[in-house]
Amino acid sequence: MAQAAIELIGINKSFGAVRANRDINLEIVRGTIHGIVGENGAGKSTLMSILYGFYQADSGEIRVGGQPASIKTPNDAIALGIGMVHQHFMLVDNFTVLENVILGAESDALLKKSIAKARSELERLEREYGLEVDPDAIIEELPVGLQQRVEILKALYRGAEILILDEPTGVLTPAEADHLFRILKQLKEQGKTIVLITHKLREIMAITDTVSVMRQGTMVATRETKKTTVEELAELMVGRRVLLRVEKGEAEAGGVKLAVKNLTVKDSRGVTMVDDISFDVRAGEIVGIAGVAGNGQSEMLEAISGIRRAVSGSVMLDGKPIDLTGAADPGELRDRGLAHVPEDRHHVGLVLAFEENENSILGYHDHPRYLRGPFLNIDAIRNDARDRIAKYDIRPADCRLKTANFSGGNQQKIVLAREMEQDPGVLIVGQPTRGVDVGAIEFIHKRLIAMRDQGKAVLVVSVELDEIRSLSDRILVMFAGRIVGERGPDATEGELGLLMAGVEQREAAE
Amino acid sequence: MSTPYAKLPAWADYVLIPLINLFVAFVVAGFVVILVGENPLRAAVVLVEGAFGRGQGIAFTLFYATTFIFSGLSVAVAAHCGLFNIGGEGQGYIAGLGIGIVCLAFDSVLPWWLTFPLAIIAAAAMGALWALIPAYLQAKRGSHIVITTIMFNFIAASVMVYALVGFLKPANSMAPQTRTFLDGAQLPKLNWVIELFGAKIRSAPFNISFLLALAMAFLVWVLIWRTRLGYEMRTYGHSSKAARYAGISETRIIIVAMMISGALAGMMALNPTMGDQHNVALEFVSGAGFVGIAVALMGRLHPVGIVLAAILFGMLYQGGAELAFEMPAISRDMIVIIQGLVILFAGALEHMFRPYVQALFASLSPRSVGMEAIKGKGA
Repeated sequence: MAQAAIELIGINKSFGAVRANRDINLEIVRGTIHGIVGENGAGKSTLMSILYGFYQADSGEIRVGGQPASIKTPNDAIALGIGMVHQHFMLVDNFTVLENVILGAESDALLKKSIAKARSELERLEREYGLEVDPDAIIEELPVGLQQRVEILKALYRGAEILILDEPTGVLTPAEADHLFRILKQLKEQGKTIVLITHKLREIMAITDTVSVMRQGTMVATRETKKTTVEELAELMVGRRVLLRVEKGEAEAGGVKLAVKNLTVKDSRGVTMVDDISFDVRAGEIVGIAGVAGNGQSEMLEAISGIRRAVSGSVMLDGKPIDLTGAADPGELRDRGLAHVPEDRHHVGLVLAFEENENSILGYHDHPRYLRGPFLNIDAIRNDARDRIAKYDIRPADCRLKTANFSGGNQQKIVLAREMEQDPGVLIVGQPTRGVDVGAIEFIHKRLIAMRDQGKAVLVVSVELDEIRSLSDRILVMFAGRIVGERGPDATEGELGLLMAGVEQREAAE
Repeated sequence: MSTPYAKLPAWADYVLIPLINLFVAFVVAGFVVILVGENPLRAAVVLVEGAFGRGQGIAFTLFYATTFIFSGLSVAVAAHCGLFNIGGEGQGYIAGLGIGIVCLAFDSVLPWWLTFPLAIIAAAAMGALWALIPAYLQAKRGSHIVITTIMFNFIAASVMVYALVGFLKPANSMAPQTRTFLDGAQLPKLNWVIELFGAKIRSAPFNISFLLALAMAFLVWVLIWRTRLGYEMRTYGHSSKAARYAGISETRIIIVAMMISGALAGMMALNPTMGDQHNVALEFVSGAGFVGIAVALMGRLHPVGIVLAAILFGMLYQGGAELAFEMPAISRDMIVIIQGLVILFAGALEHMFRPYVQALFASLSPRSVGMEAIKGKGA
């Protein structure tokens, strides 16, 4: 008896020019665990935010329990029995578990009745679902796994029948994740419906009944988990869209230009994001780092370019070592010939409020070429900016225009032009074509190949597998902060997809 | 976020919107005037005439404006670096200490044109020093600059009381202030410039430090938009991540920007001391440091805007004094209310009317319609 808990019909949602959700249809069966997978930016979170009332769909219909529903705010969603556990917890750190649970559901001014009621209710939920948490513990003193449990309790306390979990295991240790899965299964047995958003295919295979795959804002497939495989899901996730394969000759790799040695990086919470990795990039080759987003690629790039402090590790640039743990300075690395196109061009690679020409010297503003004593050499800056606008076909061709008014592709060209025109020995590029239109993608790829052919060492990190495959001479796959494999450019998508999902690593460990 | 907005032309951004804000502030102030039983139109006439009607009024307006230009520039320099320096009051006050020491030491031996540069250096140095400590604490310890600069206002006030009832005061004087400066520390008046246009001035404190203020306004423009340091400050002010990426030292840029800001705040002390009272007295800054915040916001952090906004506030001070004199029902406190309303609408509610103006422009010229990017929500 398959009864739909939630039906989404023809959901569309755009943010400006970006179509985050295109004509999405989805049916979630009551009493099942339904996984939604897709790469970052595929539109999973947007879809769930529409369901939970954070956003309004531009068009489309939501049905809950067969009835058309209008969900304008999270309160509407809660009233319909939909609860959400966010990737980033929405808890008051210095409140107790009980206080957090009743937050927003208080019934009396002095809280006495609410707390008493919540306490007995929590005890019942604990018994029923094995969700043990000390109700009087302070949130900030609890480990992350327990904090997440409080989020689940919050949703259940509000009578949630349908529970949405957004990337729930991202912050958990493997043991905590296993415990979470046991809880989810128990919830399912009690008749709750669970929607699990993740990009980790192993989790999908382990606990879901049904899985839907999203790619670039569309729902590309829905499968019964039993009848699908990790390989198939990886392929669906990554997609077989038009390959923009650039023409390129054989690489003529020379000596090692960039050597990363024993790099370990932790994030601000102390979680190890990059775990003791080492690799080389030689002159005249493009090394691509493949991996599902969030497996340490960003942190690795930031550490190599000196933006983020590493726990341990160093880079050798042209044979000279630079320690990345101490006062590694992006300026020093830049002076040694390491150019960096960061992943986040909006906040790191560019100052959007600046004129285009001002951004064309960011990081190189202390070069004698652009200075006259302490003053900026405005003429030199603008002349260079104009030259690059012509050379890289940046549009509109106005170096006085505010950078925020350029399109994503042109903004990326501004950054690329700046970094490439310094004639660096090593170029590292994060997500070279994220948010870039198709025409610009081809242009950027050609430029990267041209850099390689000039004998530069190029390191490309991208979550677009197509891009990695068409650009790279060697492909390194990152999973959980480690490099789990190296392949040639002729590696198949399936092969890389398995590595990216950490499948081979698990088998090796067993 | 999908409402279409017109990108405003520069004149609307920099002239029309401030004028609308100002107009609304005066309308609301007009209601307050009605409330106390006076005619708001007559009050407005008295205010404007008091400020600009006679040479005397103009001289006073520009005298007040001089101080506000310095304090406005001080706030703007820090703001371009993403720092909110609300310690101008204390930085200006403590600068009086430096000015007092220099003037008392040299006014009997040096002519004013030698004392003045020394006093400028002393004032700037004291102001910069007073900003250095909060800046260091922000850069190294993450102590919020708003909190620390405000605390330093109180510390400055206490230090100045200590100095003025102690070593700065003549031995047998009862008043907590320095002795009157001799000719060697009295700044020449500029009243004659206004008299060139045929006005008559009995006596007004409008003095040469006004020219220093204008020079500083120009230098701040050069600093912010034409130097490497200004470039680094603006980069850090817009995005600390981009600054890190560009190899700009966070510690250095915070400290340098705050010291420049403090130096400008320090210079505002020259005008009331050497230019007007010819002594250093208790409370001589009298809120000018805080007015600087409103001046900087209203001037959109641009030196030209700051000079204009400073003259507007000078007008409010001078015209307000006349108003209190002419209309007994309107007390000094009422003037403060009107100034507060201007600050509220021009500063704090700066963007209140912007969406309407933008919507208006959008309907007038559909071609200029673009998307307003939401901060921190890049597509």
